Amino acid sequence: MAVKLGQPKEVVGQNVLKLDGLPLATGQPKFTMDMDLPGALIGKLLYSPHAHAEIVSIDTSEAERVPGVVCILHHGNVPRIPYTTAGQGWPEPSPYDTVLFDKKVRYVGDRVAAVAAETEEAALEALRKIKVEYKVLPAVFTIDEALAPGAPVIHDEPDAQGIYDPQRNIAAAVDVPVGDLARGFAESEVIVETTCEVPYVQHAALEPHCVAVYFDEDGRLVIRTSTQVPFHVRRIVSRVLGIPLQRIRVVKPRIGGGFGSKQEVILEPIAAALALRTGRPVVMNLTREEVFVSTRTRHPYRVRVKLGAKKDGTLHAVEMEALASAGAYGPHSGTVLYNVGSKALPLYNKARHLRFHGKAVYTNLPVAGAYRGYGATQGFFALEVAMDELAQKLGLDPVELRLRNHIREGETSPIFEKLGEGREGRPQIVRSCKLSECLRIGAERIGWYEKRKSPRREGSWVYGVGMACAMQGSGITGIDMAAATIIMNEDGSFRLLVGATDLGTGSDTVLAQIAAEALKVPVEKITVYSSDTDFTPFDKGAYASSTTYVSGNAVLRAAEKVREQILAVAAELLEEPLEELELRGEKVVSLRTGREVPYWEIGHRALYVTNQQHIMASASFACPESPPPFAAFFCEVGVDTETGVVKVERFVAVADCGQPIHPKLAEGQLEGAVVQGIGHALYEEMLFSERGSCVNRNFFDYRVPTSLDVPEIEAILVPSEEPTGPFGAKSIAEIGINGPLPAISNAIYHAIGVRLTRAPFTPERVLAALRAKRG
Amino acid sequence: MKIYFELNGKPQYVEVEPGESLLSLLRRLGMKSVKEGCGTGECGACTVLIEGKPVRSCITFAPKVQGKRVTTLEGLGTLDDPHPLQKAFVEAGAVQCGFCTPGMILTAYALLEQNPDPTPYEVREQLVGNLCRCTGYRKIVDAVLLAAEWKKEGKWR
Repeated sequence: MAVKLGQPKEVVGQNVLKLDGLPLATGQPKFTMDMDLPGALIGKLLYSPHAHAEIVSIDTSEAERVPGVVCILHHGNVPRIPYTTAGQGWPEPSPYDTVLFDKKVRYVGDRVAAVAAETEEAALEALRKIKVEYKVLPAVFTIDEALAPGAPVIHDEPDAQGIYDPQRNIAAAVDVPVGDLARGFAESEVIVETTCEVPYVQHAALEPHCVAVYFDEDGRLVIRTSTQVPFHVRRIVSRVLGIPLQRIRVVKPRIGGGFGSKQEVILEPIAAALALRTGRPVVMNLTREEVFVSTRTRHPYRVRVKLGAKKDGTLHAVEMEALASAGAYGPHSGTVLYNVGSKALPLYNKARHLRFHGKAVYTNLPVAGAYRGYGATQGFFALEVAMDELAQKLGLDPVELRLRNHIREGETSPIFEKLGEGREGRPQIVRSCKLSECLRIGAERIGWYEKRKSPRREGSWVYGVGMACAMQGSGITGIDMAAATIIMNEDGSFRLLVGATDLGTGSDTVLAQIAAEALKVPVEKITVYSSDTDFTPFDKGAYASSTTYVSGNAVLRAAEKVREQILAVAAELLEEPLEELELRGEKVVSLRTGREVPYWEIGHRALYVTNQQHIMASASFACPESPPPFAAFFCEVGVDTETGVVKVERFVAVADCGQPIHPKLAEGQLEGAVVQGIGHALYEEMLFSERGSCVNRNFFDYRVPTSLDVPEIEAILVPSEEPTGPFGAKSIAEIGINGPLPAISNAIYHAIGVRLTRAPFTPERVLAALRAKRG
Repeated sequence: MKIYFELNGKPQYVEVEPGESLLSLLRRLGMKSVKEGCGTGECGACTVLIEGKPVRSCITFAPKVQGKRVTTLEGLGTLDDPHPLQKAFVEAGAVQCGFCTPGMILTAYALLEQNPDPTPYEVREQLVGNLCRCTGYRKIVDAVLLAAEWKKEGKWR
């Protein structure tokens, strides 16, 4: 790479103002639903009240007579094309087990029909008047029920593709051995085993799923949507509706949070189908209740970890078994499953004997999908609680145990090669890792060694400290690709066109900083236009912690090409050899003579005067490896032994994300992810009735952390230099959510001597565990 | 029915349905900063000020603002001339996706009108009804405290 690492940087590493910050803080109409679409129909969905049923008949005649109703879609009048809502690259790793509307419903909240009407009231009245006769089938709500012999088969449709074993309700499965596990445990001197469970939890992005579809003046279909994956939306809608991809334009405006929930392509094909059928614009905006009931969740997992170690603490054998409820459909079921192992196991690469095996199982519960952490969250919960147990059994400090086992720079793990994205991975060497330093700093900030001596008591409250480590990736090796285009304006400013999808993370700003740094201009000289399939080059979208690394590398490469063009024009103007010139402060400067020419002059000359050309370039970056960020998490919790209430008093998260391009935004990612993780640990769980209906379908009953629930999070970035990253950067968006579950569980153990292995750690569970301990 | 109220300093005389929410009316009038995150008064994204006091517009009937003064984020400042509190949110890194931001800023504005020198805990207390899923709240609290500093220094309006 032409940009040398370690050079002083002017824009990268600076907390420039987030490009969309002021527009958002002044309430500019930047979101999907903020555009008025005159004449738009309102689209509404009818959901299944049953967890598992066949649709015997559907009668829409009365609904059609409701004044204002324009169109009703259901299984009887739409094409049947199996697909996946997962919103991934192609060929898609998730099973094609979904159709627009099916003759069978598989969970309470499965869609049955869609109505488009002139008003919301008319649409809702029509929904009430659609007569559906169901033949209710037996349903399964747990992994064990679904796997039991004779269990009802959830996906018995003949046209589904890519399901691992539909007859046994297994959406995806994995079994990867390394070395000889039995021998490994036989040779181990200390063995521990633990099983941790994560329930159904939801992303709870503040903006509900929404989409606006309309036709432009040429009759092309424009889908303005709250998505993390505009290019995948275009590809999937084209295939599912059988219309040429070329006829579709997908635009992502600002979106009100995603965290994976908007990687799923849920509403777009339906809204587009309604628009195509009626020839009218269509708007769909889910209510919060609909988001809870019908969209996506994190995969609930039961993960068992068995660790074998030598007396000095060196891990020798590791077994991890992961069982997931995929819910009624399988988006991300295989890829999340692989990630449980592929993200967690390489962290401790000293063990020679490993086995990772597991299944993602269909149940008649809501559909799980991508959620920040993507399996790693579930894997690290079990792994890091097991490590805590191992430390205890060895009489070793938990920090010391991690220091003795964690992967180092220049090292690898066989897991990188064995486990990829729902398939084999690729070998990879860790080129940057400052985890030891993260551990040292975190321990110091929390006062680890002092507080670890013994738990502190105050009345019925007991205070303890706990810790955990985690890693993640930066994009998907061998799959993710992003492209960027940079165009010079004649005034010396630039347009940066990226398909990359800023979902609130600030990636537009980060990518502008990378371009600005490479082109030696202030970030204000970069205008970013992103996420529009007509006007920006391809990008895989915002998932897998990929944008800074993958899209950032594409931007850097495009900037390099533009830089060469600028230098070529300048060389001609200055009549000096190209090698003697360099970019500096919006000018090209001759190192030999000191003569200089400003960008505006280069821009004007190139466009209007001599050797005319538009200075611009595009570049792509495919992800040859996925450098992991690393983090250490420390927390102090208080447990009220009378009520069982757990309170996080302090939380310190220390992360190595390479060189942070924008430290404040990176901190914000870490802080936000940690607070979501605290929510998982203490409050969040979707609860279901005996019939499989989600009962806490609002923010009153499903508690996400408020400003008073969380302590001050101390987010500390420990820079490293990732040689393959743009200006040394790796990812930061997901890793923070992997720490709180195990760190808080371990701190509770330190405080009161009981292990909480089933999230969330509610007062009832804490008291039950205390009672069990007392016998 | 027709109602009269003052919206961001300008008189409004508009037709409303008796059951229409204030959220719906305000968005109809172009105040797109008023966001619907839940529709049931639990997330705070739809917060507006009535007579300077924060209310959830999604569970407030539009006719209730008859004769009252209503402020949305659009009334606090503009892109060209932002309010210092809006600037503080950007500077402190308190804006990630920005969907909760309008409600957060208006709630914080009401706090600083009442209590120009809040403690971090008082800020958290005031914002407890405004959910944010992106930031973890820390930088939002930072923003309000930064704005309070500016207010003390007279950089306010």
